Amino acid sequence: MEATTHAAPGHAVHTAHHHEQTFWQKYIFSTDHKVIGIQYGVTALCFLFFGYCLMGLMRWSMAYPDKPVAIIGPVLELLLGKDAAPGGRVSADLYNAFGAMHGTIMVFLAIVPLAFASFGNYVVPLQIGAVDMAFPRVNMASYHCYFLGGVVMFSSFFMPGGAAKSGWTSYSPLATLAERGYLVNGQTFWILGMVLLITSSLLGAVNFCATIIQLRAPGMTWMRLPFFVWAQFVTAFILLLAFPPLEAAGVMQLMDNLFGTSFFLPSGLMMGGSTPIPVSGGGSPLLWQHLFWFLGHPEVYVLILPAMGIVAEIIANNTRKPLYGYKSLVYSLLAIGFLSFIVWAHHMYLTGMGTKISTFFQTTTMIISIPSVIILTCLFISLWGGSIRFNTPMLFALAFLPMFGIGGLTGLPLGFNFADLHLHDTYYVIAHFHYVVAPGTIFGLFAGIYYWFPKITGRYMDERLGKIHFWLSLLFMNLVFQPMFQQGMAGMIRRMYNGGATYLGTDSEIGLAPSTIWWNKPISHAAWALGLAQIPFIINFFMSIRKGKKVENDNPWASSTLEWQTPTPPPHGNFDKPMEVFRMPYSYSVPGAGSDFTPQNEPEKAR
Amino acid sequence: MDIPYTVKARPDTGLFNAKLGIWLFLASEVMLFGGLFSSYILLRVGADPQTWPQGLLNIPVGTFNTAVLITSSVTVVLGWSALQMNNFAAYRKYQFVTIVCAAAFLVIKCGYEYPEKFKHYEVWKTDGTRVTGHIVSADVSNRTVRVEGGVTNVVWESGHLEGSPWLWSTKTLNGENRKVLSLKLHPDSTHYAFPAKDHHAAVKEGNETTHELEFKPADIKRLSAFVPAHSTYFAIYFTLTALHGLHVLGGGLVIAYLWGPGARLWKTDPQRYTNRVEVSGLFWHFVDLVWIFLFPVFYLL
Repeated sequence: MEATTHAAPGHAVHTAHHHEQTFWQKYIFSTDHKVIGIQYGVTALCFLFFGYCLMGLMRWSMAYPDKPVAIIGPVLELLLGKDAAPGGRVSADLYNAFGAMHGTIMVFLAIVPLAFASFGNYVVPLQIGAVDMAFPRVNMASYHCYFLGGVVMFSSFFMPGGAAKSGWTSYSPLATLAERGYLVNGQTFWILGMVLLITSSLLGAVNFCATIIQLRAPGMTWMRLPFFVWAQFVTAFILLLAFPPLEAAGVMQLMDNLFGTSFFLPSGLMMGGSTPIPVSGGGSPLLWQHLFWFLGHPEVYVLILPAMGIVAEIIANNTRKPLYGYKSLVYSLLAIGFLSFIVWAHHMYLTGMGTKISTFFQTTTMIISIPSVIILTCLFISLWGGSIRFNTPMLFALAFLPMFGIGGLTGLPLGFNFADLHLHDTYYVIAHFHYVVAPGTIFGLFAGIYYWFPKITGRYMDERLGKIHFWLSLLFMNLVFQPMFQQGMAGMIRRMYNGGATYLGTDSEIGLAPSTIWWNKPISHAAWALGLAQIPFIINFFMSIRKGKKVENDNPWASSTLEWQTPTPPPHGNFDKPMEVFRMPYSYSVPGAGSDFTPQNEPEKAR
Repeated sequence: MDIPYTVKARPDTGLFNAKLGIWLFLASEVMLFGGLFSSYILLRVGADPQTWPQGLLNIPVGTFNTAVLITSSVTVVLGWSALQMNNFAAYRKYQFVTIVCAAAFLVIKCGYEYPEKFKHYEVWKTDGTRVTGHIVSADVSNRTVRVEGGVTNVVWESGHLEGSPWLWSTKTLNGENRKVLSLKLHPDSTHYAFPAKDHHAAVKEGNETTHELEFKPADIKRLSAFVPAHSTYFAIYFTLTALHGLHVLGGGLVIAYLWGPGARLWKTDPQRYTNRVEVSGLFWHFVDLVWIFLFPVFYLL
């Protein structure tokens, strides 16, 4: 074979790894994709927890409006000041800040880094038989950009005026004008944080695409790639092309905020007075919305595709049969990747765009549901005739299917212009997208953690704690989000700090039914219980690192993909010998084969 | 541990890793500048008539800058192909020209064009007329703190400023420490919103010989230099050209590094060095291409 796994003769890529590494080089400034994957994972889980806590406080305000928060009220006042948290209550402005930051943190600091960067960094090079990512130093830079972005976002809570409070969507003119008391404020930090996070994602996206194209082991053809790698590849392309317009928009909004420009401020805008604010005007709030949603919509596919990839891997492994419809799955991924760029204005049906444009986006939105359904259907059919092992990763992967099903199907009314008129900005929307991301993506990510934990640490996570974690999470996820569909259809809109009490219907005025608002309490209690349900997982996670049951061999799940062909945990350089691939990714239960699975790198037997 | 295809191309793609990497990055840059150009289109199409300036940018200077960048694109290729033919000396000469061109572009943009704008003003008068031009002089009143024999006095002392100041705005007229008593403006011969004869009619009240107009703050509804806050036209102009300028700077620095300290690699791994030069050249071509779009859109249209 020509020089495939070796560099050009005489010119080894000299790295510092061959020498003794300091603590900083090994754990903080590492260029090894596995270390970076873990760095991303740990940081992302911390932000997932923090984002959850923000939601916990928001749900208090919705269930018990204007009452001091139980237990931690005084701490809140101490940390955030009397204006934001008077007497330990969640003020309306603080609620809005929590809301904007909950969304931002969950999407950009928790889910995408965990699903795409963490799992992707660790697993993708292993699954394609590579020694590392194509650009290890760019990889390291992308993590540190992300970390810095996280620091900036977190510290925005302590800026004068508090954190950004104009929604994770940061619509102008509100985002520019909400905090005029201080020039550099939480919103400014939000934009700076976003610029850093976008830079991190772009660096990562370039790395993933180049790695998957260039560093596949010999014999690893495109149609032999594990579905997870395809999912990450499409996700990387989406990130590469969708994020820059938001970066442009962020720069423009920053200029509106700091330099008095009017990119998004219309002429004649007045703010609590009768004279227009002293800016040039001539800008367009709609411009912000277009630029934001041009990223915003592909972003949601970034949130779901890696999880679909993880679920597919676990289903194939735990049914002991190949995935059904591999080609359909791959082509659907590519279709989703392409179509995701031409549906964005279904988030803007209520902006008065006109019926022609609305119809265009409605049509493309309906079309994109087709490949999504194909993927889900193929995963369901993959179960048929399988020899199913109900371990914890599989339980989460199985639950993903109906949960994502509910999330996806409830998106359809929102995709229709006429139905969205009623449902836009209501709790129906919140229920829809949380079903997709929370019992959807997050379950996929939990499945991935339980599944790949043995490869990373050499120990299983505890099955009993895992099952408790699973069943409680499944129960409470549904108790939290299911009633929100009804609340939304009854007209309860989003972003109300007191749960809609302002709009309570009375004998003389039309408003929300008391029963609609009543549901806020059980939902909040279920949300807090959901948090408690994560305790078994957190205990399990840390305990198993040291005390978990050791794996019997390097391939404890008897999987056919390449990441299990490494020592445990994989050393620097990953594989003992150069990888070469001879077969499709899911050679399970092949009639006539020696065992119920055959690894991808096992050669064909001589005939 | 050796990552394959860092120097030699992978057979089925025909690319070495960094070349694919830079093309992917350029795809994202197309989306970045594309987003900004799309914003330009939306803002211009949606602008009220008579609020979108035209003809305010110096076309000869812009044309010269265009020629400078095109030249640099040519020399960057000649430099790379000289390396391919193992002619390091020729590469050094060509690449030096590239770097000089990059520096010239930035000096012209940041040292001449931008400052020129920051000293050029538009006055919106309370009677609804508008004038653009250079400020010739201003009579001001400065807040001074005098300590005389243990007593601190705050007095307002009059002063006079010659020449066009930088970055004044409506707020400057009535500042905490300085108030402007009157402004003398030398008006431009045309205004972007009004045809020439209407404009001349509006400025007729100026001085017969010097053609200067005098304004008191009471007449002025708004004063603004040609800065991003002036109008969405300048906002998008400065944003796009500044972002482009940053790319010129970044690309120029990388090319200069490879020309200077980074040239050590030529001795130990010439192929890898040539690849780096190629990748930087690809980026440079993109930077030039963006300017080819910027120049007609802002200067000519």
